Amino acid sequence: MVPTSYYLVLSAVLFGLGVVAFIFKRNIITIFMSIELMLNAVNLAFVAFSRALGQLQGQVFVFFVIVVAAAEAAVGLAIIIVIARNRGTLNVERVDSLKH
Amino acid sequence: MPVLNYLWIIPLLPLLGAAANGIFGRAWKKNIVTSVALSSTTLAFLAALELVREFVALPADQIPWTKSYFTWISAGGFRADFALQVDQLTVIMLLVVTGVGWLIHIYSTGYMHDDPGYTRFFSYLNLFMFFMLLLVLAANYLLMFVGWEGVGLCSYLLIGFFFLKQSATNAGNKAFWVNRIGDFGFILGVLMILRTFGTLDFATVLPRAAAMPAEPAGQWGVLTTIALLLFVGAAGKSAQLPLYVWLPDAMEGPTPVSALIHAATMVTAGVYMVARSHAIFLNAPVAMQVVAVVGCLTALFAATIGLVQTDIKKVLAYSTVSQLGYMFLACGVGAFSAGVFHLMTHAFFKGLLFLAAGSVIHAMGGEQDMRKMGGLRKKIPWTFWTMFMATLAIAGTPGFSGFFSKDEILLAVQRSSPLLWALGVLTAGLTSFYMFRLLFLTFFGPPRFDEHHVHVHESPRNMLGPLVVLAILAVGGGWMAAPHLWDGANHFEQYVAPVFSTASEAAPAAESSGGASELLQSLVGAPVIAGLIGFFLAWWFYIRSPETPKKLADSLAGPYKLLGGKYFVDELYAAAIVRPLVWISDNVLWRVVDEGAIDGTVNGVARVSRETGDRLRYASTGNIRSYAAWILVGVVVFTSLLLWMVG
Repeated sequence: MVPTSYYLVLSAVLFGLGVVAFIFKRNIITIFMSIELMLNAVNLAFVAFSRALGQLQGQVFVFFVIVVAAAEAAVGLAIIIVIARNRGTLNVERVDSLKH
Repeated sequence: MPVLNYLWIIPLLPLLGAAANGIFGRAWKKNIVTSVALSSTTLAFLAALELVREFVALPADQIPWTKSYFTWISAGGFRADFALQVDQLTVIMLLVVTGVGWLIHIYSTGYMHDDPGYTRFFSYLNLFMFFMLLLVLAANYLLMFVGWEGVGLCSYLLIGFFFLKQSATNAGNKAFWVNRIGDFGFILGVLMILRTFGTLDFATVLPRAAAMPAEPAGQWGVLTTIALLLFVGAAGKSAQLPLYVWLPDAMEGPTPVSALIHAATMVTAGVYMVARSHAIFLNAPVAMQVVAVVGCLTALFAATIGLVQTDIKKVLAYSTVSQLGYMFLACGVGAFSAGVFHLMTHAFFKGLLFLAAGSVIHAMGGEQDMRKMGGLRKKIPWTFWTMFMATLAIAGTPGFSGFFSKDEILLAVQRSSPLLWALGVLTAGLTSFYMFRLLFLTFFGPPRFDEHHVHVHESPRNMLGPLVVLAILAVGGGWMAAPHLWDGANHFEQYVAPVFSTASEAAPAAESSGGASELLQSLVGAPVIAGLIGFFLAWWFYIRSPETPKKLADSLAGPYKLLGGKYFVDELYAAAIVRPLVWISDNVLWRVVDEGAIDGTVNGVARVSRETGDRLRYASTGNIRSYAAWILVGVVVFTSLLLWMVG
């Protein structure tokens, strides 16, 4: 059996990748994908703990996270489409009109 | 007993009319507006009649009939109910308010027919009826105060009805402000009553006040204070010295309003309130003297101003102030029933005078200056004859209603103070003079207007009908008291006597019947002689030798100017009160308090926020990635802290 710590390390690596991608990428789609990556990294940690501790709460929590992530994806993609139509760009550097 | 148990229905009907016309009237056709306004007042009048029918059958021990509908205010030991009350005084007021109000509503459908504000007018007029009925039906001082303020509001709205005219808005404001002074006195008086008696219900306060020992003259006790404060309120509402100045200006309102509010009903609310509080006043002789003297001086003062006015409505306005003075004079000498009697007859004849004056103005196409009238007798005969009846009534011609009521007052005053009686008789003469002057200038002599341009026409039937009904009342309304002349009973006085039962004990002389000689004394009495002199002088000045007034005015230039300028009271108030107030408002309240303190605080808060924001806004770059980086930093910092604290 694979030790729990392996899963947790994988989860931390995936989360770190997500954070780095979120901060350094400019394309909104990529940023969005990195959010999903972070969420799933956390899910992995939840499931790993759930399995290790023999409790079901972690699994249930993952379902909630997936549901929320799906809803967020629907709203987020809709916003991205509107931004793309109105601005003709997906570069977040150019979507900063709040500053002005 | 449907109406006695559901008293609230009487004030509610006009309120419904006002609400319906006020909310939906704009979209309705004129005849629907008319029928709503008229049916609400007609039903209120019918309900009042039904109430009288039921009231008559009531056993004496159930009077005053009080009905409490719900607790309105309950705070600590204080409790004020929404309670209504009926006694003989209320019945009189109810009939006057609903009856005369109903007639004036009918008249208004003709007078205001072509006015663009027709719907608004009737909505206000119905609202006024609601508040006035609330005022007379209230069973405690607080509910009475609601009606009191409400009629003040409607008065303001209706004086400023032609709000595009600057003078009308100014007059409305003036009425409101002057009344504020009076109302302040009233509410202080009400608070004093609450402090002294612990309640505001008439049924508790008045017997307790009556049971208190009378305060000897010269001693300033709590009852004197209450009575004087209440009288300040009455002086404001009923236009007595020194707060009368708003009433003449109130003539800017439409003429039916002058008739209903500023002659027949609202301005008599002060008299009603003093009569209602008679138990308090009777035990405060100092206050009684003040009421009598103020009333008498107002009567004389306003009558002298009325002598030289040229605007037909202004003459009537000063006449109203003067007649209200009579009512207070009566109250001041303890003859409350005589005061209320004069209130009733005055509602008939003065309401009629105003409506007839409105009919004259209507006939002249809006002209109000009597110098540009004359010779209208043949052209508008109905108006002339009804106005003639009213003039005879107000001048105190024997047999007409004004004679009986004025006679009762002067009889009571004569027994109390010869000086006040003499001034009252003088006022009666002046009244007769200025009223016949008005009649002669308007209806007699040669026409003094351009007959080719002014098409004089009699008013429509819905205006003449109320005139005729009121003329009958103005002639016959006084006969209730008539048997008093030949040693019989004064039915009016006997009717309201239970209300003033404490009054007749305190002032028995004023109410006793003098015997058959009183008939003779009244018929050839001083008031009638004074009235005749006034009539002959008016006839001499304005019919016989029309050049006399001019000559007299020239030879008495000083007094004439003083009267023409209305004793320059308005100018005095402007210099002594208004201008200093404006100066303080301008230089202290505006520039220092408003601009410095209030605006300074608000602007200061705004400036602090803005400058803080100015500094902080550099943190908001609009760059999502930098926000994310900050969040990351935050998470790392907090997690480290957490770990450090736990570990």
